[in-house]
Amino acid sequence: MSFYDVFCRYRNSEWEAVLAAVSGADIERALQREFLDFSDFLALLSPEAERYLEPMAQRARELTLRYFGRAIQLYAPIYVSDYCENACLYCSFSARNQRERKRLSLEEVDREAKCIAETGLRHILMLTGESKKMSPVGYLRDCTRVLKRRFSSVAVEVYALSEGDYAELVSEGVDGLTLYQETYDEDLYRIIHPSGRKRDFRFRLEAPERGAAARMRQVNIGALLGLADWRQDVLFVGLHARYLQEQFPDVEIGASVPRLRPFVGSFQGSCRVSDKNMVQIILALRLFIPRLGIALSTREDSRFRDNLIPLGITRMSAGSATSVGGYTKAAGQNEGLPQFEIADSRTIPEIMARLREKGYEPVLNDWIAGL
Amino acid sequence: MEDTLEIGGKRIACRLFVGTGKYSSHAVMREVLLAAGADVVTVALRRVDGSVKTENILDYVPQSCTVMINTSGARNAEEAIRIARLARAAGAGNWIKVEVIADSRYLLPDNMETLKATEILVREGFVVFPYMSPDLSMARRMADCGASAVMPLGSPIGTNRGLRTEELVDIMIREISVPIVVDAGLGKPSDACRCMEMGCAAVMVNTAIAVSRNPVEFARAFSMAVKAGRLAWRSGLPEIAGGARASSPLTGFLRDTE
Repeated sequence: MSFYDVFCRYRNSEWEAVLAAVSGADIERALQREFLDFSDFLALLSPEAERYLEPMAQRARELTLRYFGRAIQLYAPIYVSDYCENACLYCSFSARNQRERKRLSLEEVDREAKCIAETGLRHILMLTGESKKMSPVGYLRDCTRVLKRRFSSVAVEVYALSEGDYAELVSEGVDGLTLYQETYDEDLYRIIHPSGRKRDFRFRLEAPERGAAARMRQVNIGALLGLADWRQDVLFVGLHARYLQEQFPDVEIGASVPRLRPFVGSFQGSCRVSDKNMVQIILALRLFIPRLGIALSTREDSRFRDNLIPLGITRMSAGSATSVGGYTKAAGQNEGLPQFEIADSRTIPEIMARLREKGYEPVLNDWIAGL
Repeated sequence: MEDTLEIGGKRIACRLFVGTGKYSSHAVMREVLLAAGADVVTVALRRVDGSVKTENILDYVPQSCTVMINTSGARNAEEAIRIARLARAAGAGNWIKVEVIADSRYLLPDNMETLKATEILVREGFVVFPYMSPDLSMARRMADCGASAVMPLGSPIGTNRGLRTEELVDIMIREISVPIVVDAGLGKPSDACRCMEMGCAAVMVNTAIAVSRNPVEFARAFSMAVKAGRLAWRSGLPEIAGGARASSPLTGFLRDTE
């Protein structure tokens, strides 16, 4: 059995009606419980729960302090290639966008890595566009070898791989996997992925468990919020995270909450996700899975990011460049295509200072190089 | 009269061991350690990074403290052993709290892997403190293979539920030859005091202090509670009577007839 079987059990439910039927009593009961079940999670994601955001926030803060303390881990993304064979309607890297592409040489990877490492960060997330041809596993392995010289922890956010491929990366020192399902609406998924390997919904859905089975330490999942009805997508993110936690108890499971951002293209998504919705999403996830790592990227602006910290965030990207070679580009030099627009452009020292002002300790190193 | 705990060739006056995770800043953590008068401090090796010039958690630990590196992040014995070796090679000493957790939901320790790591690390000359779920047989094995103390949990990490494992810890205190240090879950100074009244050698606290409104004062309160509990245990706690003892006994009249 894989998560796809769990998914099939739930996919045809009438979620809109179920969510609309949630009462205040359901939410209050969920808030009283130590261990929440799926129906509690559902209650917390309902429209009715918007009236309970403050008590949810109080509880979420208490749980986050209990399990994670006042520490926020910082990391940076490094884009090593933007070649892509998919035609995703919502992404600048889409093969439909006729732009010059770039793949870093290992020397360039090292220069970018040096630039990031000089800030003190020791956690890096390596990203590529989804082209197995232009950024094959061998290339990812070579990049990992370069990055491991400067970072304690190297995670990947690349196209979905086989368990064997993930195991190969793990043996080279990759310890984390981030992979977004984008949307759990299978019909919409096919529409917004008109061509390319990514079109295979099930292969992608089962990738996090293949990564976990290959002994990744951290597996991070998520939906690109705004593509489909966010309540339904987040329901599945929660189900998926809990499934992974139960199947792989020694793996740290995390979720990200990326909102659709401006990009090169015109797809708008079918659902607007407001700031208030984002808060509800983070709170519901925290209450449902108290030990869930929750990551927040620079897609969100600085003010909003700062306000979300006490509500359940445990990891933040900082000082990010979302284009290939973005950290070392000289002024005026052509850089690669950014995957999305950054909304928080503060430097790492600025973010660290702000965290400290808010009573949080920025953690630059939370893993042991060489383990 | 001096009442110190002797472990690994060191004399420890303060029986409150303090953890260093979850604080709002290293500076607050340092103040906490000073307020507690801590002699033994655990530090997760994964938070130590000597290559970062600006901040190193170890720089904030008072010189007088003995650092016990914990193997936080280890999922099995092999990883715990590697962390211990890396710690020693990095100059962090040879006191190791073996923490092997392969359960991301409740963070409960894996006793079997902990025992395996303990056996090997003791042979390699480490002073080993295994963190464990309270289990008499496992604690015996850990003590038999040379653990310097055993650290049963009071309740799951970070829960502040107190000494939910009291019955099991009580048995361990009576049966195990090495010191018992209750670790994890103690939420209130009175929880720590209770452990000490029972005869624990020490307690270890992190979350309750780190996330309290005033960590420095709360650390002081914990420290005082540990001292009070220890003093009470040494003085001998009065037995709890099963029922009332009348000041005018029912058979008192017999004295008048003799």
